[in-house]
Amino acid sequence: MPTETREQATVFIPTPLRSFTENRPSVTAAGSTAAEVLNDLVSRYPSLKPHLYDEQERLRSFVNVYVNDDDIRYLQNGDTRVSAGDSLSIVPSIAGG
Amino acid sequence: MTTAADTLAPEELRRYQRHLTLPQVGIEGQTKLRNASVLLVGAGGLGSPAALYLAAAGIGRIGLVDFDVVDESNLHRQILYGTKDVGKPKLASAAARIEDVNPHVELELHEVPLSSDNALDIIPRYDLVADGTDTFPTRYLVNDACVLSGITNVYASIFQFEGQVSVFGAPGGPCYRCLYPTPPPPGLVPSCAEGGVLGVLPGIVGTLQATEVIKLILGIGEPLVGRLLLFDALATSFRTLTVRRNPDCPVCGDRPTIDALIDYQEFCGLPTNGASERQESGVPEITVAEYKRRLDAGTRPFLLDVRKPFEDAIATMGADQLIPVEELERRMGELRTAPGDEIVIHCRSGSRSARAVQMLQAAGYTRAYNLKGGILAWSEEIDPSVGRY
Repeated sequence: MPTETREQATVFIPTPLRSFTENRPSVTAAGSTAAEVLNDLVSRYPSLKPHLYDEQERLRSFVNVYVNDDDIRYLQNGDTRVSAGDSLSIVPSIAGG
Repeated sequence: MTTAADTLAPEELRRYQRHLTLPQVGIEGQTKLRNASVLLVGAGGLGSPAALYLAAAGIGRIGLVDFDVVDESNLHRQILYGTKDVGKPKLASAAARIEDVNPHVELELHEVPLSSDNALDIIPRYDLVADGTDTFPTRYLVNDACVLSGITNVYASIFQFEGQVSVFGAPGGPCYRCLYPTPPPPGLVPSCAEGGVLGVLPGIVGTLQATEVIKLILGIGEPLVGRLLLFDALATSFRTLTVRRNPDCPVCGDRPTIDALIDYQEFCGLPTNGASERQESGVPEITVAEYKRRLDAGTRPFLLDVRKPFEDAIATMGADQLIPVEELERRMGELRTAPGDEIVIHCRSGSRSARAVQMLQAAGYTRAYNLKGGILAWSEEIDPSVGRY
């Protein structure tokens, strides 16, 4: 099987989800698109999955994902390209006041 | 001809002298602050520092919306209030404190819950809004009312150790729905009571909110229009992400479909106000009084707690089993009671447990009941020794 060279991206984990990433505020995950990086993330930290994805395996609508500073919804969604050194941010909706 | 100096009295010139010295403020800027009006929706964690700093800065008219009473658990973060205020309406205590900080401020107190019935009467009376509320329905309500009224909304929210700040509804800028088009399902994102919050966090984030309000009034610097500021107190990091106006946004887009306020409880999947909404939505219930009767008679049903374990450490009803609602579907097989048995489900206030009843019904539990009002109702009506949180 050919070795794929996949880019490593930094994924910023929001505080409420850090208990599922061994309390790490950021982790690395591999992939050349946002979807691939997130898939790699949840394969490394499976307990994250239900917080990011619903039962139909769709990204939860109140969880925003950014590649660098841009929301993937305004780019190419899961197909948004991720290059080496890019960061992904997971930003869920919060309402406390 | 009047000059800017004519609008500021000598004591105000003394009071704001450090502002007047700043080239970006000066007498002209201070007069803008004095002529401005800001509505603070929520006088809690975020509203406390925002109100104090906006009053200190010399905002001419400040409106406060809050119908709550000061609770002891507020005091670790809601710095508008002190020990002597516990049990009193928040606005009365806030008014006294703000009056002392700056008697030149004209205060307007709105001791009502902001709702679709009154938001469009209250909000348009102000130049700017600072959203410091603590529920999803209210955030969507404030957003929509501001967009419909053409009023800029300085938004901030907090959770545990994180905060968000942005400016919505500015001309050409995005609104809250552009950032989060749909709310999370009820019970999925805990409140401050359920998730906890570092006391200093709203102090920082609320002051950032006040900063944006002041910048917008003065017309200086770069307000957070089109940017979302993320603050992480643990890392002491500030990051900004881009927020774009969504041309398809139903409320601020090019072809808006929302031109009136809606039912925001319903939008967020919560039961709308009304005594029998749970019966109408088909979730069978049992009151705490009925459960107590069964307990005393020795015939109580199996009790399932669907809160998080730390909540059980704060206040317990001695449930037979605890499985957090977020894990329930996955862990249904662990339930130590059979589908035909009677099972009562409780949480803190009755909404997570209502969802759990639906999950169990879908899994074939025909005699699942929601404990109406949750452990809060149990504490209030049956056993006050059980903690409230």
